[in-house]
Amino acid sequence: MRGSTPAPRPGSRPRARRAARSLAGWALLAGIALLAVGCGALDERPVQSALDPAGPVARAQDQLWNIVFPIAVGVFVLVQGAIIFAMIRYRSRGDEATPPNQIEGNTRLEVLWTIIPALILAGIAVPTVRTIFVQAAAPEEALEVRVIGKQYFWEFQYEDPATGDTVHTATELHIPTGMPVLLSMESHGIGGEGAADGVIHSFWVPRLAGKQDVVPGHVRPLIIEADEPGEYHGQCAEFCGLSHANMLFTVVAHEPADFDAWLTAEAEPASAEGLEGLAAEGERAFETAGCIGCHAVRGETSEGEPREFLRIGPDLTHLMSRGTFAGGVFETTPENLAAWIADPPGVKPGAQMPDLGLDEETIDALVAYLTTLK
Amino acid sequence: MTAAADPLGRRSIFARPRAETGIWSWVTTVDHKRIGIMYFLTAFTFFIVGGIEALIIRAQLARPAGPEGLIVGPDVYNQIFTMHALTMIFLALMPLGAAFFNYLLPLMIGARDVAFPRLNAFSYWVYLFGGLFLYSSVFASGMPDGGWFNYAPLSTVGADPTGTAAGSLAAAEASHAARMLFYSLGLQILGIASLASAANFIVTILNMRAPGMTLMRLPIFTWMVLITSFLLLFALPVIGVGLWQLMFDVRFGSQFFNPAAGGDPILWQHMFWLFGHPEVYILILPAFGVVSEVIPTFARKPLFGYAAMVFSGIAIGFMGWGVWAHHMFAAGLGPVANSAFALSTMFIAVPTGVKIFNWLGTLWGGHIRFTTPMLFAVGLVAMFTIGGLSGVTHSIVPHTLQQTDTYYVVAHLHYVLFGGSIFGLFAGMYYWFPKVTGRMMNDRLGKAHFWLQFVGFNLTFAPMHIVGLQGMPRRIYRYQAGMGWDFWNMVETIGSFTIALAVLIFIANLITSSRRGEVAGNDPWDARTLEWTTTSPPPVHNFDEIPDVTARDELWHRKYAGPGTEPPVRVPAGGSQDHGEDAAEHHGGPGIHMPDPSYYPALAALGMPIAAYGVMTGGAAMVALLGLGGLIILAGLFGWVLEPSAE
Repeated sequence: MRGSTPAPRPGSRPRARRAARSLAGWALLAGIALLAVGCGALDERPVQSALDPAGPVARAQDQLWNIVFPIAVGVFVLVQGAIIFAMIRYRSRGDEATPPNQIEGNTRLEVLWTIIPALILAGIAVPTVRTIFVQAAAPEEALEVRVIGKQYFWEFQYEDPATGDTVHTATELHIPTGMPVLLSMESHGIGGEGAADGVIHSFWVPRLAGKQDVVPGHVRPLIIEADEPGEYHGQCAEFCGLSHANMLFTVVAHEPADFDAWLTAEAEPASAEGLEGLAAEGERAFETAGCIGCHAVRGETSEGEPREFLRIGPDLTHLMSRGTFAGGVFETTPENLAAWIADPPGVKPGAQMPDLGLDEETIDALVAYLTTLK
Repeated sequence: MTAAADPLGRRSIFARPRAETGIWSWVTTVDHKRIGIMYFLTAFTFFIVGGIEALIIRAQLARPAGPEGLIVGPDVYNQIFTMHALTMIFLALMPLGAAFFNYLLPLMIGARDVAFPRLNAFSYWVYLFGGLFLYSSVFASGMPDGGWFNYAPLSTVGADPTGTAAGSLAAAEASHAARMLFYSLGLQILGIASLASAANFIVTILNMRAPGMTLMRLPIFTWMVLITSFLLLFALPVIGVGLWQLMFDVRFGSQFFNPAAGGDPILWQHMFWLFGHPEVYILILPAFGVVSEVIPTFARKPLFGYAAMVFSGIAIGFMGWGVWAHHMFAAGLGPVANSAFALSTMFIAVPTGVKIFNWLGTLWGGHIRFTTPMLFAVGLVAMFTIGGLSGVTHSIVPHTLQQTDTYYVVAHLHYVLFGGSIFGLFAGMYYWFPKVTGRMMNDRLGKAHFWLQFVGFNLTFAPMHIVGLQGMPRRIYRYQAGMGWDFWNMVETIGSFTIALAVLIFIANLITSSRRGEVAGNDPWDARTLEWTTTSPPPVHNFDEIPDVTARDELWHRKYAGPGTEPPVRVPAGGSQDHGEDAAEHHGGPGIHMPDPSYYPALAALGMPIAAYGVMTGGAAMVALLGLGGLIILAGLFGWVLEPSAE
């Protein structure tokens, strides 16, 4: 810039020393902070990090970040560096005879710092828009899964390739690796299948894809894909009420052959034959206590006829095959199941399953029955 | 109060208020400076309340917890985070801006008051009553709990749709409806306050400037007020319509946002963010204006690129209307809309960058004095840059699908609104405190405040970038152990309490300095603009003689001769253009007419919350409260219209 003041006089005036000391203090603080970062990072590994993509969708999104983040860091260093430089170089020493030159501006600079950022941004715009359209295109071949968000759990529906029937499960979304999975997502209300009084949820499994809101009255698509078998954590990302923080789920990716085996097993009805003792008692209680009014257990019959289920709560046909229940909040253990049945809203705020006021024997029987649903 | 004959022979229900001291003088004042002080004290009180809510949020998230929550359960937590945002946006930052507008605007443009002094008082009282109305919910149904964005259809369905948490469905529905009405009606009332003051400030700036003060000689702060006021004027009606629809959906069973009846929840999102994004600029532009005054004073140079600063502000004002859907990238608007809003979001960074670079240009080659206001102003430039850069990362839509609704966004918005707005407003508080009180704030305490707040701010919000990208969503009242977020959340909590300590230092400084601070004099900073030509604090009529303006930095040019880039020379005091100090000899006193105080603005404002309670009740109570509130508003307006502004 033209017309700057004369070079600063060398010397160690108290003000300058103070500035230097405070700068040293800052360097020390920054060092401690960096050390803390190191320790913190070693301490624990984040399990649902968007910085750790595990499939092509999330990776393409991450690649954009990898373009923009270094640019942002560059601009950051440039601007903060200029601020710090100006603060040190142009600090007043308190003995200036005249005020500095009254520079009102510089048109060439204005044009420059308008055009250069605009060019950088235009550069970012190209891959951004390209990725938007690439990711919006429907995949040529994909497994389709219907996803229903409810206050407060996720339900997943597959088509049984053998029979064409719908296979319901909840909280664990199983997918094959190496192929895109097209999720058709809806939000349903408390009235069960198709109820329109749902709220907005957002389906998010960071290591596989960015999030997509699930809006009542609409069907929203989302494509996810995992490279490797494994478990990928996710949770609802749009505020949806009391237990928004308790609307977790896991995506379990299998090798395609394993996935087919899983789906075949999942499509099987529960084997209610041969229940004895407490479990048989529990099966009766499941009917008499009203559980079956909201929960489906495929294979359960009513006077020998196949049942129609309302499906307000999650399908429990293979409950014990799932690692967690109640929106992914509790591990599927007999103790947790017993505590849950005793007072659902008490252990998960806003849970729509009411406290049925069951006595301990009934709860034990119900748990005995539920633990047979493998 | 008795009926009294006034000197002109008219009769009025109330005698014209005459008090010049005591509580009634404040209730009835129409003096922009007193109204500014009331705005400041009220808004700062709400700022403390919002800050306490923030501390509860941070304490809650310090460690992982089970579904019962670490300190409070989700019902309380949801109210707290909702009210934290509503308080900071509508009850603290916007009115803190209004406090500065009120106090400074007439002084900066060489006017004796705003264009509509009673409307100004009305704005304040509506704001106060609106804020109290919103917070009265804590004694009734509980506070609004749907987030400040209050998305449909959660706003009608409710957080507890089967009533299992509330005990019964009826109880859950009643309390939910009341909370939503407190939100809708509270924000409508507050919107009226902002609309009235926006109109007032626009007219004041356009019509009340001192002779010679062309638009391109306006202090840059005044320009930012003008742009902010236009944004308010156009943005508030949009949210007003949305709030009205919400009120009808909740209270009268209309179906604007219910998909089952042909409504659409996405409609609310469009209306909310079409207001919500310009609102961001409403919150940040006043702070930009403040630092654009502070930096030149303490660099002892004119603002670099004044015209560029003005036009970039205007550009931000216009472009701010074309970026709202970047809040909705995950809502599923489709690739065309997402691309368009990605581009507009990128390019709004250009005028914002121009501002940053011009502030740097102002620092460059200056004689920088590190006073407390200067530290806060430069703090804004540094911190807002971070918020601006994370803002650009929001424009890469596919990756934004990862960022949105996570703590990454919480980090971004706090770098903009805390690192930006609040740092800027603190700069303004330290800078103009001597003008308002006649005393200096303690600089040592001020610097302690700055450094503690600077460290605390970065400890609190910088790690949020990291945990956000590591998958931590917003608006969760608890998180499980083993997610890998524990360390940074603890750091954030420690940081937030550091900020609290810094603000306590500020409060102590504010109180002690207003009593015992060093006496300031008219122009303690060797500043550049007109407000520093008059006494500290200024007289009721601001200027004994309306100044003649011949230059952009009028006061500077009166003090220092020498145009352009040559080193300026100090003009001896009492020189040709220096009519600040001996003006009282020429003029002042009997010839100046100031508007008289009035009861009516406060009275008219009082009717609004009463009518709003009416909407929330039913049957006879509804009729009675609506009638009473309406009558009070009418009585206030009639009294106001029939009363001359000055007698």
